[in-house]
Amino acid sequence: MPPIKKIQGRAVPIRGRDIDTDRIVPARFLKTVTFEKLGDALFYDERFDEAGNPKDHPLNDPRFAGASIMLVEAGFGSGSSREHAPQAIKRAGFKALIGESFAEIFFNNATQIGLVAVTVAPEDLGYLFALVEQNPEVELVLDLEKMELLAGDRAIPVFLPEAVREAFLTGRYDPLDLLLEAMDQIRALDARRAGPGKKGTYGGGR
Amino acid sequence: MGKTLYEKVFDAHAVRTLPDGRTQLFIDVHLIHEVTSPQAFAMLKERGLNVAFPHRTFATVDHIVPTDRREEPFSDPLAQEMLDALRQNVKEHGITFFDLKSGRQGIVHVIGPELGLTQPGFTIVCGDSHTSTHGAFGAVAFGIGTTQVRDVLATQTLAVEKLKVRRIDVNGRLLPGVTAKDVILHIIRTLGVKGGIGYAYEYGGKVIEQMSMEERMTIANMSIEGGARVGYMNPDETTFAYLKGRPYVPKGEDWERAVAEWKALASDPDAEYDDRVEIQGETIPPTVTWGVHPGQSAPVDGRVPDPADFPESERAQVEDALRYMKLKPGMPLKDVKVDVAFIGSCTNGRLTDLREVAKYLAGKKVAKGVRALVVPGSQLVAEAAEREGIADVFRQAGFEWRAPGCSMCLAMNPDRLVGDELAISSSNRNYKGRQGSPTGRTVLASPLTVAASAVAGHIADPREVFGIGG
Repeated sequence: MPPIKKIQGRAVPIRGRDIDTDRIVPARFLKTVTFEKLGDALFYDERFDEAGNPKDHPLNDPRFAGASIMLVEAGFGSGSSREHAPQAIKRAGFKALIGESFAEIFFNNATQIGLVAVTVAPEDLGYLFALVEQNPEVELVLDLEKMELLAGDRAIPVFLPEAVREAFLTGRYDPLDLLLEAMDQIRALDARRAGPGKKGTYGGGR
Repeated sequence: MGKTLYEKVFDAHAVRTLPDGRTQLFIDVHLIHEVTSPQAFAMLKERGLNVAFPHRTFATVDHIVPTDRREEPFSDPLAQEMLDALRQNVKEHGITFFDLKSGRQGIVHVIGPELGLTQPGFTIVCGDSHTSTHGAFGAVAFGIGTTQVRDVLATQTLAVEKLKVRRIDVNGRLLPGVTAKDVILHIIRTLGVKGGIGYAYEYGGKVIEQMSMEERMTIANMSIEGGARVGYMNPDETTFAYLKGRPYVPKGEDWERAVAEWKALASDPDAEYDDRVEIQGETIPPTVTWGVHPGQSAPVDGRVPDPADFPESERAQVEDALRYMKLKPGMPLKDVKVDVAFIGSCTNGRLTDLREVAKYLAGKKVAKGVRALVVPGSQLVAEAAEREGIADVFRQAGFEWRAPGCSMCLAMNPDRLVGDELAISSSNRNYKGRQGSPTGRTVLASPLTVAASAVAGHIADPREVFGIGG
């Protein structure tokens, strides 16, 4: 995977604390065996009424069309472990989320698919929301090497766990290749550890 | 210095430290279902990989199954497609599958424990956030995304960071009519829905120690609702008594050896915690939610709160919640009319949940105009409930007795709210649109409170309706 060092683009402000994954992708859109069309399901019930008519929502606002960065508030992505949520955000064209805090499973799922979710101090987030709402055309530059966000006339410090930052900078945010390197040690652990489905060890099932 | 159970289990499963500092963690048991696994199998195929240890993955179907008409094909072709995909994947990779005709199908977090797949000291993962349920047994269990399901299928490991541990003691005793569900709703209200981010919750104290395994599961289940990906209890005699004789647990001498190992896993008395919280059991009331996340709750005999009583940073969120719920500040919660009553889910769909309600429901009737459903958590639960006459008590009271699945907890099957119906529900999430209608409203409560409300036709205090403790 190519390293992720810098993300540049316009932003869309999504207001609301504790926005849960059911809101990001309502459960009925999970009835699919692929992730392909999820971009269309993003915030569906917030964007459209029951007759399918668009509602007042930043993602329906032409001023924010083409944004690649999403501004969000505290507790974003709480609830379900559905990867459909970050997949929908990514497939709708977003490359980064900037918020105050993220639910853990959501953050993890986003990271593994290369969707960057950084946090900033609450006062900086307030500035960013105001900036973007007043100037939708403003370009933000998120620099993971310097760990800062250039926005308007400010350079705002951003935060990521060091291991995650490292994973983006080295292009190893999808860990599967790394995990596969240790198959010998894993086989040894499997042999040593009890497993309910293992023949010959305890359990063994039916 | 002693160690917590979390640290002991984590260390015993560490394969190695990855270059970025994360730990490669071995997973003992992987549970899968139809919603979050098909893409993972597709990713495996794309990479030309196989399931490395099929004997460590177990499958069932729960989210999309209809609970009334079970004949196939299902009326919803998308649901049928998901079940068919799962059948194909487990067959291709030699994975044990508790299918609809197995007699053991059910909600993944109900069948894991009841079959004995869940054991102390195990690491257990599933593409479902309520995997924390299995922590009730002293397992370290957590929900993962689909890309991580792929990782576990391919390597039986995950790249993870170690969590901090917060010890939550619930001491004293619970008042009559107060259940495990009320305890966890109270904990979430106290610590907040984001309070657990970065933590594993270790639950202990007198109240927890005296709880049955099923009550402990209700609490561990909703850890994620408080932001904690992992929640667990230390294993004890109650744990061992529950597990003994279940299909997948060790037998004979192996059983004795396993129990000895399990006992050593409990957190040491001098273990150091990153944080500690103590709650007095007597202060916990029967609790219901009034808002759109599980932390927005109040005592059942209380009132809908006034946004003005909240810190300014939360006010807009509270106003938005009340607008969505169509509730007025200051109105008694007991004045809220209910359209639907739902008992079930991985939180409260187990035999003792149903048994406890049946004890009080006998001779009572669901109020006119209320649609009441019971969805047992598994086929084994359903079977036992029939045998004990519990199912008949529910039927006679006017509840619909359904077949096992997730059902109206998240409404991926045909069981759902219509329009802005209000459901009082023993499930775990009251998010906007959660129960299948974009304007549907959910009030979370214990099974007892749900049953009391079904009988009364409005949110009701089980202590009054059923004369508990009076």
